[in-house]
Amino acid sequence: MELCELKQESRRLRRQILDTVYHAGGGHIGGDLSVCDILNVLYNRQMDITPQNWNTPGRDHFILSKGHAAEALYCTLAGKGFFPPERLESMGRFGTGLPGHPNRKVPGVEANTGSLGHGLSLGVGMALAERMNQTGSFVYVVMGDGELAEGSVWEAAMAASHHHLERLIALVDRNRLQISGPTEQVMAQDPQQKRWEAFGWRVLEICGNDVGAIDQALTVAKTPMGAPTVILCNTVKGCGVSFMENRPEWHHRVPSASEYEQAARELSGGEEHA
Amino acid sequence: MPECSNREIICQELLKAAGEDRDLVVLCSDSRGSASLAPFAERFPSQFVELGIAEQNLVSVAAGMALCGKRPFAASPACFLSSRALEQAKVDVAYSAANVKLIGISGGVSYGALGMTHHSTQDIAAFTSLPGMRVFLPCDGHETQALMKLLLKDGSPAYLRVSRSPSRDVYESEPQDLTPGRMIEVRPGRDVTLIGCGETVAIAKDAAALLKESGIEARVLDSFCLKPFDGAAVRRAATETRGIVTIEEHQPQGGLGALCAQAAARRGGCPVRSIALPDAPLIAGSQREVFDYYGLTAQNLADTAARLVRG
Repeated sequence: MELCELKQESRRLRRQILDTVYHAGGGHIGGDLSVCDILNVLYNRQMDITPQNWNTPGRDHFILSKGHAAEALYCTLAGKGFFPPERLESMGRFGTGLPGHPNRKVPGVEANTGSLGHGLSLGVGMALAERMNQTGSFVYVVMGDGELAEGSVWEAAMAASHHHLERLIALVDRNRLQISGPTEQVMAQDPQQKRWEAFGWRVLEICGNDVGAIDQALTVAKTPMGAPTVILCNTVKGCGVSFMENRPEWHHRVPSASEYEQAARELSGGEEHA
Repeated sequence: MPECSNREIICQELLKAAGEDRDLVVLCSDSRGSASLAPFAERFPSQFVELGIAEQNLVSVAAGMALCGKRPFAASPACFLSSRALEQAKVDVAYSAANVKLIGISGGVSYGALGMTHHSTQDIAAFTSLPGMRVFLPCDGHETQALMKLLLKDGSPAYLRVSRSPSRDVYESEPQDLTPGRMIEVRPGRDVTLIGCGETVAIAKDAAALLKESGIEARVLDSFCLKPFDGAAVRRAATETRGIVTIEEHQPQGGLGALCAQAAARRGGCPVRSIALPDAPLIAGSQREVFDYYGLTAQNLADTAARLVRG
């Protein structure tokens, strides 16, 4: 997709996420809306992952380590053709094939996530395996910022640089909010850049709701330099819906009928973010 | 006493397979020495991954490699692997049906003198609770060798616990028909059944010899595979003999005794006695001393079985 198409696609995704969460009666809409531009650029412009090459060795790999943003991932995968978008309507229903956290049974999902702090380690394993296989594929892991309090993230971070996994690219959805409140009050995550640099990573920092900036950063991250790369994506939780933006209560809340109407109006008529 | 420990036999089998199988990889958490895997790291450095003292990462990295077609064997002391990395084993290995073989080294009270932090007496309960996770406790070098050949070929998750020191031989050669989910009858008997796993199978064999002196013929079963569990063998024993005594290097909850009692309960009236380590932090001492202290001995097993037979 071209950049202007990506902006359109982000708008479409936000509306689809709103509908999905509203009809499912549950979901992590705040984090979905902060991460969806990242997923959009990854799937629709940067990653070599399609329904057609899913079983082909050497394709890229993606792990949504912040598995609670499942709705954003499912909408992205449906848009990519991994399954019909009508299936999104089953979310929240008994026996749904689209559980509230990503599951490998969902077409296009590579890892069971939802328990935080596993994804980067899985990514390290995939990057090690693909380097041994000499495929040249990239491994992408998207984490939340609250997730960075899990100690296992840092076990993986030190292993990735120790093993010079230059084709491992981590993206942190730095929306600065978690379920109990601001990350800096719950468990401070700053200074992010220094922390990752101290662990031997190349660090890039961008506006994570700007598809152009995400695209540029990923292009830089894909130029190998002997170390893994982390992109600190400064995002807005609830991005695109005025009354959800930067409000921790929208971490996991379902809009009322009137809130849904207002959000739908904003997402349909508003200008794209950034 | 055999010269090789089971962990050394594991390394030998990995070395034999790695030359032809480039997807075979070994991962350690600063455990290549204690797992006897240093020869593998030296000979196949491109198929060896060191992850440092980080068991959670060890297990998830192994899972990530398996999802990309590798066949990882991840080795770490059983005490840490079964507790600290349990969630990684559950989500990333078991739920994902990732072809990861987890090798718990120095299991049970192998590290007896090092104290309670280094004892692993909950690992059977922990790993058998994970869907799709097979659990193996081979009793000697021959069985370890046969089991490794099997695990090197298959594509499903497994946990394998081995002891630190060379195990006494139960078998004279590799058991021929080693099948997961099927106990091996080490000795036939019609009066009472003794069931062991891992290090305690040799004790059960000794106890059967003691019972024979008293005219009691004890059946000895080697439950090398705790999951899938051979409930049928237990129910046969419940029908054909007058009682079952289990002996295990594990706490009572969720171990061999509990599995046998659960299976035997479907054949009402058969008594099951369990000799196990207690549900408590254990005393420190050598493996033999700890076994003696808690009654994991041939004499105690024989006495318990004799009381059961004589009512």
